[in-house]
Amino acid sequence: MADTARTWIPSAMADTAAAPVTRNGFQRLMRRRSTIAVAMCVPLMAIVVCLIIYPAFYSIYLSMLNKAQTRFIGLSNFAFLMSRDTFWMVAEQSTIFALSAVFFKALIGLITAHLVNNLPVKGQRKWRGMLLVPWVIPLALSTLGWWWMFDPTNSAFNYTLRSFGFAGIPWLSDPYWARFSVILVNVWYGAPFFLIMYLAALKSVPEQLYEAASIDGATAWQKFRHITLPMMHNIIAITVLFSLIVTFANFDIVQIMTAGGPRNMTHMFATYSFLLGIRSGDLPLGAATSLFMVPILAIAAVFILRGVRKRGREIA
Amino acid sequence: MSTATVAVPLTRRIGIGASLTRNRRWALIVSYVFLIIFAIFFLLPPYYMVVTALKSDAEMARLATNPWFIFDGVTLDQFKILLFQTDFLIFFKNTVIVTVCVVAITMVVSVLAAFSLGRMKFWGSSILATGIFLTYLVPDTLLFIPMFQIVKSIGLLNSYWGMVLVYPTLTVPFCTWIMIGYFQSIPKELDEAALIDGAGHMQMLFKIFIPVALPGIIAAMIFAFTVSWAAFVYPLAFLYSSDQQVLTVGTVTSLIRGDVYKWGMLMAGALLAAAPPLVIYAFLMDYYIAGLTAGATKG
Repeated sequence: MADTARTWIPSAMADTAAAPVTRNGFQRLMRRRSTIAVAMCVPLMAIVVCLIIYPAFYSIYLSMLNKAQTRFIGLSNFAFLMSRDTFWMVAEQSTIFALSAVFFKALIGLITAHLVNNLPVKGQRKWRGMLLVPWVIPLALSTLGWWWMFDPTNSAFNYTLRSFGFAGIPWLSDPYWARFSVILVNVWYGAPFFLIMYLAALKSVPEQLYEAASIDGATAWQKFRHITLPMMHNIIAITVLFSLIVTFANFDIVQIMTAGGPRNMTHMFATYSFLLGIRSGDLPLGAATSLFMVPILAIAAVFILRGVRKRGREIA
Repeated sequence: MSTATVAVPLTRRIGIGASLTRNRRWALIVSYVFLIIFAIFFLLPPYYMVVTALKSDAEMARLATNPWFIFDGVTLDQFKILLFQTDFLIFFKNTVIVTVCVVAITMVVSVLAAFSLGRMKFWGSSILATGIFLTYLVPDTLLFIPMFQIVKSIGLLNSYWGMVLVYPTLTVPFCTWIMIGYFQSIPKELDEAALIDGAGHMQMLFKIFIPVALPGIIAAMIFAFTVSWAAFVYPLAFLYSSDQQVLTVGTVTSLIRGDVYKWGMLMAGALLAAAPPLVIYAFLMDYYIAGLTAGATKG
């Protein structure tokens, strides 16, 4: 421990600052910078160790028990899951859900960010405020609103479709339409987040670059391709990866609108493990299901960390 | 999508000022048209929730009129039923208690830790900061099953105090992470000056860092508030009696009785439950957005 107060402050001031340190060893230890620093981190470490790291490892242990949690059965739960068609359908749907939702969220976010950025500066605030509303409403509650719009008998969408002479759509009762509907709600909820991130990134691109490109006769597309995209590349990557984690682990939308149905076609890892673990009371099997998310989340997390570190260096 | 006008080389601009402004005006009109389309998409569900909540049950049951508008007159009956005939106010009270406690715990824990990790630097502090960021990426749907067992063993199953225990796992990592960024952006000269004047570390934190980093602290508080207000997985898994229930789960599950959904009342409940985050957002939008974007730009 070299970083005591003495080495930390400029050497000219060292004597004045070190003077009040008492002779008592314990008191001196308590006054040490590093001791205080560690002490201040104790509550944080307690929360992280007891409520995040411990449960994570406990989950692994739990997944190797039998349903009554009386016997250690090794990897049988994982083997059982992998032998079930439903499980593979859940894996497939989670992947489809995450990839397509993130793609459309990123696309809509990018488009709307450019549109807002085009407006006169005075109006931008108002539009930004309006477009971010879906992100602010708690997801469970707005999903309830969507569910009501998809309601089989009273669907407001179907009313509109019928009044234009189209047939109504079985939004949540047909498996494929149900898949479409849950993705639609996720795009609606998540696109504003991308809009905000991209808008912040767009604002940080130096205006001179665009001016220089204009002088060289660049078209709008060329400017986007050769200035905007490279400048925003890192923030786009971070946002997409982050959203991929959140979307892949999404729970609220599917649980509320379809609870996994029809025919388990809309289940995600999260809702399926909820069904097995909490609703059916087989905690070990539920834990095993949710652990299948780990590899994908871990890969995304590593890349996010790399991106954030790089960005930290760029800013510094 | 971006303006086609600026593409014109500067040398040619001088002569064609008129067409330039015309082009720019067109780009602006196109932007507005598309923005209005997106705004309709984004605001349609909240609008429809408001319309439904203000309708009478009779109009809703008739199925004849256009559902997007109110024809029989605006009524507050749905809100009256919600407030006086359901447990909605109990859910609201529980949510307020849980959220206030979680925000307080989060702020104390993360400000202390961020000050230490961002400013005081000790052996292993940068690894710890990275670790904190990684734990922020662990989703609640990964931990709710082991957490069920843990909460059960402490005896807090079906108690909203269990929520006070587990919600900080959702808020503390991110709040610490953005506070580290805010504290690091404060000039070193400030704390050196304080140290020369004989201030202790705690004095330094309270007299200098917290006031200077106040925007960051407000952003972190708003984040903690919205996360604990909107949490869904944990209460759905851990709470089952309605006197302990919180708003999100209470509105979605307990208000639904029987086969006939009282949609007007449900929407009234969803709107009232969503009101506090929306009000905070309306008044503190800049802090809200600062907190949102800080995660990827700070650190």
